[in-house]
Amino acid sequence: MNDSLSILWKERELFISGTIDTVLLVIIAGLLSLIGGVLLAITMKSGVKSLQNFTLFIVDIARSIPFLLLAYIFYYGLPQLGLRLPAWWAGLFALTIYNTAYLGEIFRSSWSNLANEQIETGRAFGMTKFTLLKNIIFPQIFLNSAPLIGSQFIVMIKDTAFLTIITVQDITFAANFINTNYFKPFAPFVLALAIYWVLCHIVEIGVNRVTLLADKRRC
Amino acid sequence: MSYIDVLSILKGAGVTMLFSITGIIIGISLGLALALIRWGKVPILSQLIVCYVSIIRSAPLVTFILFIFYAPALLNIEISPIVASIIALSLNIAAFNSEIWRTALMSTPKSQIESAKAMGMTKRMVFTKIVFPQVWRRSVSNLVNDMTILIKQTPAVAVIGIVEITRSASRVGASTYEPLPPFLVATAIYIAILLVFVRGQRIIERRIASQYGLKA
Repeated sequence: MNDSLSILWKERELFISGTIDTVLLVIIAGLLSLIGGVLLAITMKSGVKSLQNFTLFIVDIARSIPFLLLAYIFYYGLPQLGLRLPAWWAGLFALTIYNTAYLGEIFRSSWSNLANEQIETGRAFGMTKFTLLKNIIFPQIFLNSAPLIGSQFIVMIKDTAFLTIITVQDITFAANFINTNYFKPFAPFVLALAIYWVLCHIVEIGVNRVTLLADKRRC
Repeated sequence: MSYIDVLSILKGAGVTMLFSITGIIIGISLGLALALIRWGKVPILSQLIVCYVSIIRSAPLVTFILFIFYAPALLNIEISPIVASIIALSLNIAAFNSEIWRTALMSTPKSQIESAKAMGMTKRMVFTKIVFPQVWRRSVSNLVNDMTILIKQTPAVAVIGIVEITRSASRVGASTYEPLPPFLVATAIYIAILLVFVRGQRIIERRIASQYGLKA
């Protein structure tokens, strides 16, 4: 056991850079897919039937394939069309597109639950569509769906582990690298699982804070 | 991409289904057992289960499968990729299912259990005749939902060399130098499988609603 710990200490750089990689992927893809989700929700609520049906169809497809398949399509599939991406970028794009679909759906269903009177009142006050979205609709959607956004971010953290398979050097890669090079499987994987646990809990604590804030704003 | 390539992806689909169904059957029963232990507030075991569920829920399946596959080597035990995958999938789904079972168990009114006991029912009868039929109806929709999530996670078993849909599609792509067509076939297969589950969920919900007047 002592032996394993000293190996972990020796290879700490690998774990640190793996953690940074995972966290960076989640933060960048998270922000991009929040923006994407907002745009998607707006298209799905635009009132243009053909556009709505088309987006809904695309979102449903994205939500019914495994994340790894999408990552494979970006990493191994796109070169066939002449677009060769490094593993990290392929992973980032796959993560962004995949979660945009889920977040778009979360925002859309939260939007459907909004009280219609508010939107009508806003319109009666002469608010433009943009002000309505910015001041009335999205602040509520974000606060109401905070727990769901949080779970989606946790799913995202866990999905990054799949990117090990397309050679992204994340936390799981670090653990597996030590495992294959030193034949010490136990300690590195336990450390990796511990790091994931901490990351997921940070998100959970954040969600709880936001939910408290949302409750305060409601009364 | 030839006919044989499509067949090999379909064979991968068989593997995906086999692993999913085995994992679901073991996971659902194990999940119920875990939920019952927590519901019955069994000392020590309940606390252990709380830790277990918390760890598994935040553990990526890929990392967990690698752990289950390699860690037994520490005790000089070697397990096959198939066994490791089934263990990891079952343990994973059990943790998520136990929360669903537990929520349903907790929403069973205490008064029902007390009156059943007052009527002289044994503990076993209370569970099989009063509690479980209701709990089952309340959980089934969420359980099916969890199954669809699990199926989308199964490509994780590829990391220890099992050839399921996603992996067989990427193999076909690597050998034909045309990776997009096999990925499209794989996408279609996943959509078909998940459609069956989603439809099934709707039908079960409707049946339960019409037979018992319950909203699942």
